[in-house]
Amino acid sequence: MAIDALEAKLRPPADELAPYPSKLITLASGEQMVVREARREDAGALLGTVYPLLGVPKDYYDIVAARMYSEILGWFRYRVANEFIIVGSIDGVIAGIVTSRHVKAGLGMSLHTLTIKRGLRVGAQLFAAKMEHHIDYLGEDEVHIVAESPIGFKRWMIEYELEDRSAMYPDLRHELGGVPTFTLTRKLWEAVKPVKCTGTRPVPPELLKTADKLIMPDEYVQLPGWKRGA
Amino acid sequence: MSARIGIVGIGHCRFGNSSEYDLVDVIAYSANDAFRDAGGLHLRKEVDQVLVGNMAAGMFNHQTSVASALVSRMDMEPCPAELVENGPASGASAIRLGYMAIASGMADVVLVAAGEVMRVVSGWEATNIVATMAHTEAEYNMGLTLPGFAGMFTRLYMEKYGMTERDLALVAVKDHDNGAKNIYSHVQLPVTIEAIADGENANVVNNYVAEPLRMYSTCPISDGSAAVILVNMDSPKAKLFAKKPIRIAGIASATDTHCVHNRKDPLVLDAVRLSSEKAYAMAGVGPKDISVAELHDAFVIFELLNSEEVGFFERGKSFLGVRNGETEIGGRIPINTSGGLKAKGHPVGATGVSQVVELVRQLRGEAEEGRQVKDPKYGMAVNFGGFGNNVVTTILAKD
Repeated sequence: MAIDALEAKLRPPADELAPYPSKLITLASGEQMVVREARREDAGALLGTVYPLLGVPKDYYDIVAARMYSEILGWFRYRVANEFIIVGSIDGVIAGIVTSRHVKAGLGMSLHTLTIKRGLRVGAQLFAAKMEHHIDYLGEDEVHIVAESPIGFKRWMIEYELEDRSAMYPDLRHELGGVPTFTLTRKLWEAVKPVKCTGTRPVPPELLKTADKLIMPDEYVQLPGWKRGA
Repeated sequence: MSARIGIVGIGHCRFGNSSEYDLVDVIAYSANDAFRDAGGLHLRKEVDQVLVGNMAAGMFNHQTSVASALVSRMDMEPCPAELVENGPASGASAIRLGYMAIASGMADVVLVAAGEVMRVVSGWEATNIVATMAHTEAEYNMGLTLPGFAGMFTRLYMEKYGMTERDLALVAVKDHDNGAKNIYSHVQLPVTIEAIADGENANVVNNYVAEPLRMYSTCPISDGSAAVILVNMDSPKAKLFAKKPIRIAGIASATDTHCVHNRKDPLVLDAVRLSSEKAYAMAGVGPKDISVAELHDAFVIFELLNSEEVGFFERGKSFLGVRNGETEIGGRIPINTSGGLKAKGHPVGATGVSQVVELVRQLRGEAEEGRQVKDPKYGMAVNFGGFGNNVVTTILAKD
């Protein structure tokens, strides 16, 4: 698309971000999940995967899906600065998506984690991949994180023992609505990384190929009876 | 004991996350399910006694007097109703007291319903609440929780008998295989030994909870409920129920020291052995007669230990039986065909009743395809309260 002068003014300034190297995780079920950074051509499959969950209030899927939908759209249409998306897929079928954004040198802002395939800690693995990208590949020292669901709070704030900076810096608020902001520091990351973050690199080419063209799930455990296209 | 007492109705919800529901509604769901199974909701009016198993609703849900609340919710007043609390063995204790109520002649029909809604709090808080069953000064105040205890217990067993972490994972693989086929299971996903023990990513996919216990050596925190209807098989009321009773052939309990350190050998679970011996004697059977068993496995090490204490294996040999597939469906003694606490889940107060529901399903031949034991005659359940200090063993018979 041609970028005219007005469109150029609408776009946020963008930094050149280091790429996230793909990895492979064998889940407890034995299924192999390819974890890779999303590309622009994935946007349709990502949006189509998130869309059905907009109407699922249980476990706050609705709010997370709605915000993630806008984040993917914002990323695709160049309306969010320095956003990145990491996606996990099994045989090409999207199992989970995470969104995040590099704010400035040393600082990252975690956006959302959406687990499609539940019960195998897919969300936990993808969240860890997101933190890995922020700290190990983008070189950030801190990542601001909020939770919008009790599950998120249990998984990130409690399991990672994140630091609550609310009292320390009362003016510091995550850009997602000003809710209490927690922080993953490099020191904390180094402490939890051995038990939270895994994956094998490089991904064997035949498995990486399965994730080349992402597939939207036909069914969701969050939507009993729902079938794509039915 | 001359009374013939049987189970004529079973009810169960899917274990998992019910934290958006009220505890009493969750228990009522399974109680109503049991009445439908027995012939209809009108049978509520035939009940002489309601017993409710629950461990910690006061702490988890700010709800006490759960039995009174349930009776009212189910429109069963003025039926007598009491709460039974015996830690994670609350459910089986409620069944035992129901049995005693009928055997005493004070009741002909007893509804035993049990449940727990735990996921309203974080995993750490739930562990903290469950740890209230430990000795406050000698154990809890020293930092011990149930996973901590089980971790040390497992380490001791490994050092004494040569069991490995991989052996623990084999139990989990078997339990998850069974749980994946059980419509009531919290976790309905099979896991592979490569992924949780042998593979490159296993340390994170199956991370330590309390070394050497890993996530797949430990039950999930679950919500859920289960219910059974007990009847005096020789009472005229027995004819009102549609289902042929599954007889309670033996039911017994035993206790051990509250403080684990007061035991001569911490690896010896006297209360399991004694309660099973009493139940065997009452039923007139022995370990070789049992066709299927549900053994309390909040941590998979307990499945192994319990299987030794009840006489299925020699001491220190149970993990070798697991390696040989002896505890799988189709094996010599299928254990935890439901998925056990490991995969089916462990809403603490509900577990004892849930185990008995599974045995009834097996003895009726109603378990799902791939999970049904061939022509079972006797089923055994061991429900473990505290750290092995208050145990109930139940033996059911298909007559």
